[in-house]
Amino acid sequence: MEILGDIILIAITSAIINNFVLHYFIGICPFIGVSRRVDMAFGMGSAVTFVMAIAALLSWTITYFILQPGAPLTGWLLHLGGAKAGATIDLTILSYIIYIFVIAASVQLVEMYLRKFQLALYKSFGVYLPLITTNCAILFACLEILKYVTDPKTSWGLGQALTMSVFGGVGFTIAIVIMAGIREELDHCDIPKCLRGPGITLIVAGILAMAFLGFSGVDTNLRVVMGMGAKTAPALGLQGQAAEKPAEKSADANQPVQMGK
Amino acid sequence: MAQDGPTPLERFINGILPENPTYRQVLGMCPTLAVTNGMKEAMTMAGAVAFTLICANIVTSLIRGLLKPHLRILVFTLTIAAFVTVADRVLAAFMFEMSGKLGPYIPLIIVNCIIICRCEVCAAKQGVLAAAADAVGQSIGFTLGLASIAIVREIIGNGSLFGFTIIPEAYWPRWGIMLLPPGAFITLGLLMGGFNLLSARSGKRKKAAA
Repeated sequence: MEILGDIILIAITSAIINNFVLHYFIGICPFIGVSRRVDMAFGMGSAVTFVMAIAALLSWTITYFILQPGAPLTGWLLHLGGAKAGATIDLTILSYIIYIFVIAASVQLVEMYLRKFQLALYKSFGVYLPLITTNCAILFACLEILKYVTDPKTSWGLGQALTMSVFGGVGFTIAIVIMAGIREELDHCDIPKCLRGPGITLIVAGILAMAFLGFSGVDTNLRVVMGMGAKTAPALGLQGQAAEKPAEKSADANQPVQMGK
Repeated sequence: MAQDGPTPLERFINGILPENPTYRQVLGMCPTLAVTNGMKEAMTMAGAVAFTLICANIVTSLIRGLLKPHLRILVFTLTIAAFVTVADRVLAAFMFEMSGKLGPYIPLIIVNCIIICRCEVCAAKQGVLAAAADAVGQSIGFTLGLASIAIVREIIGNGSLFGFTIIPEAYWPRWGIMLLPPGAFITLGLLMGGFNLLSARSGKRKKAAA
């Protein structure tokens, strides 16, 4: 029950409350670049979700078994190498380079698999697949997994890691599809010349982000409803922003419960 | 430098305004939006990006003869990842608090499109001098972009600059929303509009003079 509740919370938190695009500013480049039409936006969103799930699976495995301090596989290798019992090694310094490899490899794998077995899907993903290698959302998901796996307070398992990345991708898709819908309507509007293109997109995104702020605090309430207490807070929040939360209350009357309590 | 292409000086000047990474190329939006709620954070971020950009551009330019076309993006990213690891460790050692505040955005420099774009456009084609000048110019442009947003957000949202209060709370009620995600989007959108307006005007003036 504990794990199930945790997973539901992580899903809701990463898809809606701390939306990748509108809360963390992750994946802004495709958010501005590929949000002209709804079908394109949906294609990009699903490609990102797909790759993110695979990258999360790989990076969780690598982080858990190799990178984290006291990981089983490295410990075994050390033992074979004749190290003293109980010797551990922290390989997290290599994490960035390894994640880049993992992401590039999983994009390649997905591309090869789709071209061979799912030609229709491959054609519909089209140009977006190679673009994903440099999409920050995937690397961000890997980094979050690293953070929560190595943190002894949370020590995520594969379930939590996969939930976070799949629902993070769903959140990305939601944001980019909403944006594309708005932009299709914007085409018929008379926008001041200097704001056309990225300018008006950013302002609309700001208003969307304001709407999404209304969700903050939902996770605290959910935790109370599920009777979990606030002790295992997996709240995906930056320290800097958590510290500024009090300022938010005066500005945003929609917010029901303050986070971080 | 046998290849044709802009000279180092042109590259340097281009980066600052004519090809400003934030306002003209609309690249590297994640850090631009995420770390500009205070001047201090923004400047730390700009320093980290500048370090990575300059080092990565120089290294890419040195190895440009060895690059294979289909592997080049991977080589760029791995070079960048190595330098970002250095920057991240240095920040964690000497500015621990700041490193905690910037959180995931330091490692996310790896996939910052500015750096990959500069490696691809300039460093992979031109000599070391041009690449270095380009990197310095682009990082100054990026710093200006970050600073312009951070100044607006920090003054309106918190009444302070670099953490020092310059407008007391009695005179300026704090606009908390400016420090939160929506403020970032709206500020950047409006500034971009202003930048386009100004550059359109100066373009018209130049045409009239000619």
